[in-house]
Amino acid sequence: MHGAHSHNYLNHEKGLWSWLTTLDHKRIGVLYMISVFIFFFIGGVFAMLIRWELFSSGQNIVSPAGYNQLMTFHGAIMVFMVIIPGIPAFLGNFFLPLQIGAKDVAFPRLNLLSWYCLMVGAAIAFMSLFFSGADTGWTFYTPYSIQTDTGTIWLVTGAFVMGFSSILTGLNFVVTTHKLRAPGMTFWKMPLFVWSLYSTAILQILATPVLGITLLLLVAERVLGIGIFDPALGGDPVLFQHFFWFYSHPAVYIMILPAMGIISELITTYSRKTIFGYKAIALSTVGIAAVSFFVWGHHMFVSGQSEIAGIIFSFITMLVGVPTAIKTFNWVATLYGGSVRFDAPLLYALGFIFLFTIGGVTGIILATIATNVHFHDTYFVVAHFHYVMVGGTLMAIMGGVYHWFPKMFGRIVDDGMARITFVLIFVGFNVTFFPQFVLGAMGLPRRYADYPVAYEALNKISSIGSWTIGLGFLLALYVIIHALKRGEKAGDNPWGARTLEWQTSSPPPHENFDKPPVVTAGPYEYR
Amino acid sequence: MSIAKTTTTAGSGPKPHHHAHHFESAEHEFSAAKLGLWVFLSTEILMFGGLFVGFFIFHGIYPEMFKEGSTFLDWRLGAVNTVVLLLSSFTIATSVYYAQKNNQKAVVLNLAATIALGAVFMMIKYIEYASKIEAGLLPGQLFSYEAAEAANLGLYFSFYFCMTGLHGLHVLIGMGVMAWVLKRAINGEFGPGYYTPIEGIALFWHLVDLIWIYLFPLLYLVE
Ligand code: HEM
Ligand SMILES: [Cu+2]
Repeated sequence: MHGAHSHNYLNHEKGLWSWLTTLDHKRIGVLYMISVFIFFFIGGVFAMLIRWELFSSGQNIVSPAGYNQLMTFHGAIMVFMVIIPGIPAFLGNFFLPLQIGAKDVAFPRLNLLSWYCLMVGAAIAFMSLFFSGADTGWTFYTPYSIQTDTGTIWLVTGAFVMGFSSILTGLNFVVTTHKLRAPGMTFWKMPLFVWSLYSTAILQILATPVLGITLLLLVAERVLGIGIFDPALGGDPVLFQHFFWFYSHPAVYIMILPAMGIISELITTYSRKTIFGYKAIALSTVGIAAVSFFVWGHHMFVSGQSEIAGIIFSFITMLVGVPTAIKTFNWVATLYGGSVRFDAPLLYALGFIFLFTIGGVTGIILATIATNVHFHDTYFVVAHFHYVMVGGTLMAIMGGVYHWFPKMFGRIVDDGMARITFVLIFVGFNVTFFPQFVLGAMGLPRRYADYPVAYEALNKISSIGSWTIGLGFLLALYVIIHALKRGEKAGDNPWGARTLEWQTSSPPPHENFDKPPVVTAGPYEYR
Repeated sequence: MSIAKTTTTAGSGPKPHHHAHHFESAEHEFSAAKLGLWVFLSTEILMFGGLFVGFFIFHGIYPEMFKEGSTFLDWRLGAVNTVVLLLSSFTIATSVYYAQKNNQKAVVLNLAATIALGAVFMMIKYIEYASKIEAGLLPGQLFSYEAAEAANLGLYFSFYFCMTGLHGLHVLIGMGVMAWVLKRAINGEFGPGYYTPIEGIALFWHLVDLIWIYLFPLLYLVE
C-alpha cells in the first residue's frame, strides 16, 4: 500500500491543524513528547532556581515565600505533567499498538481527548501563578491547603483535570491490549513493555478516580467550607492524607512500572540475548501493581495512625521489595553471558539498575518504622524519591527515547554524543542527590528555604551537581534536535531487535504495518 | 468512534453502520466499546467509593450526628425517587431490548420515557434541596439551623450534599447523553447490527441507579 520510506505517519497529512486534530496514536504520542519535554524544561528551571537558593546558607535569590512557590511548582509539574504522562502517554502511546501489531489504540478520539485534558489541566494549573501562586507542596496537605490564601485552588483543579488524561490513557490501553492484539499474539507472547503498560493502566484506572474525588472535596472545602477535612467543623485533616496516598502511592508505580518495562526491552535488545525469566518479570509487574494499593500508610507513620496499622503497612511495604528484586536479578542474569553492546540506551538501562537499586533499598529503610521516625520529612526522603523517580523513571525515558528514536523519526542519533549525555546526567545526579541522604541523616528537614551553616558544604556539592545534570539534559535536547535535522537515515531495524515495531518501516506508515502481522514466535528469541 | 469509513458491516440495521478502520468487524468494535464502558464504570465506582468511605468513617465517629441529620430528610420523597429510578432502569433496558429486535418506535419511546423519569427525579431532588436550603441545613460552615442538637451537624449535610449532588450531576449528564442518543434513534441509526450507544448509556444509567440504591438507605434511613 505505502512505499516503505516515502509515505509515513509524519507526512501522511500536513499542517499544524492536522496535528492538533490527529487521531493517529503515533502523532498523539509525538504531541505528548513535545508537551512533556516543554514541561520538563519548565520544571527543570524551577529545580535549578531551588538549588541556586540553597547554594549557601541565608537568603540568596528568593524570599522564603517565593521558595515555597518554586518548590510547589517544581514538584507538581514534575509529577503531574512529566513523569506520570512521560512513559505511558508518550512512548506507550507510540509503541503499545506497534508492539502488539495493532493499527491504533481502541479509542483514538479518547486518546486525543486525553492530550487535551493534559493541556487544559496544565493551563489551569499555571493560572495559579496569576493568583499569587501555590505554596502547599505537590501533596496539598490539609489543613494548610485550606488556610493559605494563595491560588492553590487553581493548581488543585488543574491536577484534577490532568487526572482525566491519565484515566483515559489507562482505559485505552486496557481495551487495546485485550482486544487489538495481532493474530497469534497471546498474553505470554506480549513484549514486557506491554505487560508493564497494561499493569500501569490498571493502576491509572483504579487509583486516579480516588485522587479525583479527593481534590474535588478539597476544592469544596476551600470554596464552601464543607468541613470534611477541617477539625473545627468536626472533620479530620488526616483523612486527606489517607485519600491522597491511596492514590499517590499507586501513582509512584504508575511512574516506575512502565520504566521497568522499557528497561526489560533495552537489556534484552542490547545484550542480544533472550530475556531471563520472562514470566517472572511479567508476573512481578502485576504483583507490584496489586500490592501497591495496600501500602499507602507508610507515608503516615508519624501522622497519628495506630501502631498496629503502622506495623501492617510497614510489613506490606517491604513485600514490594520482593517482586522488585526479582526483576533486578532477572535483568542482571540476562546481561550475564550476553553479547553486550554499550550503546547509549544500554548505558541508561545500567544507570537505571544502579540508581533504582539505591532508591529501592533506601525505600526499605524508610519503610522501617523506627528509622522512618528519624528520616521522615528530611532530605533523606528527598534523596530516596529522586533516586527512584529521576534515577529510575527519567533514566528509562532517556534510554527509551534513544532506543526508539530511529523508529519514531527514521533517523539515527549520534551515539557518541548520547553517551556523553549519560555520563553528565549520571554523574551529576549522584553528586546532587547522594549528599542529600547524608543531609537527611544529619537531620536537615525538607521544604525549607534556608539551613544552618553546618549544612552548607554538602548543599554546595548538591547544587554543583544540579548544574551538571542541567547541562546533561540541555546537551540531550541538542542531540535530539540535531538528529531530527541532520541525523543519518535509519534502517527499519538498526538494533536487530525482535519485537514487532522493528518489522515495519521507519518511520511507520499511517496504519503501522503494510501487511497485518501474524505472530508465531515470542518477543525476545535471540539465542 | 469511526474514523476512516472504509468497510461496511453486514448488520441488518436500518442504516448500515461503519466500523472504525482498526477493528476487524462491527462485533469486534462492539466488544471493545463494551469493555471500555465497564472499565469506565469501575472508575466511577472508585470515585464514589471515596465518598462512601468518608461517610462510613464519620458515621462511625459520630453516630448521633448522623442519626439526627437523617431525621431532617423526608424518607417518602427518597422512596419515591428510588421507585422512579428503578422504573427508569427498566425503560432503558427495554430500549436496548427493542433495539436488538429492530423495533424503532419502541426504542424511541423508551428512551424518551427514561429521560422523563430522570427529570422527575431531579424535580423531586430540587424540592428536597430547596427545603434544606431554606431551613439552613447546609454543609459545614454554611450550616445555620438553630435548633440542632448534635455538634457540627453541618458535617452530615456536607456528606448529604456532596453525595447526592455528585449523583445528581451524573443523572443530569446521563440525561444529556440520552438526549443525544434519542436524536440518533429518531434518525433511525440503531438496529440489531448497531446499538452500542444505547447499550452504553444503559450501563451507565444502571450504575447511577445502583449508586442511588445505596445512597437512599445510608442517608435517609440511618438508625
Ligand atoms: C522498594 C520500593 C519502595 C519503597 C519500599 C518505598 C518506600 C517509601 C516510604 C516508606 C516513603 C515515606 C517516607 C516518609 O515520608 O517518611 C516513601 C516516600 C516516597 N517515595 Fe518511595 N518507596 C519505594 C519506591 C518508590 C518509587 C518507585 C517511587 C517513584 C517512582 C517512589 C516515590 C516516592 C515519593 C515521591 C515519596 C515522597 C512523597 C512525599 O512526601 O512527597 N518510591 N517511599
Ligand atoms: Cu509510597
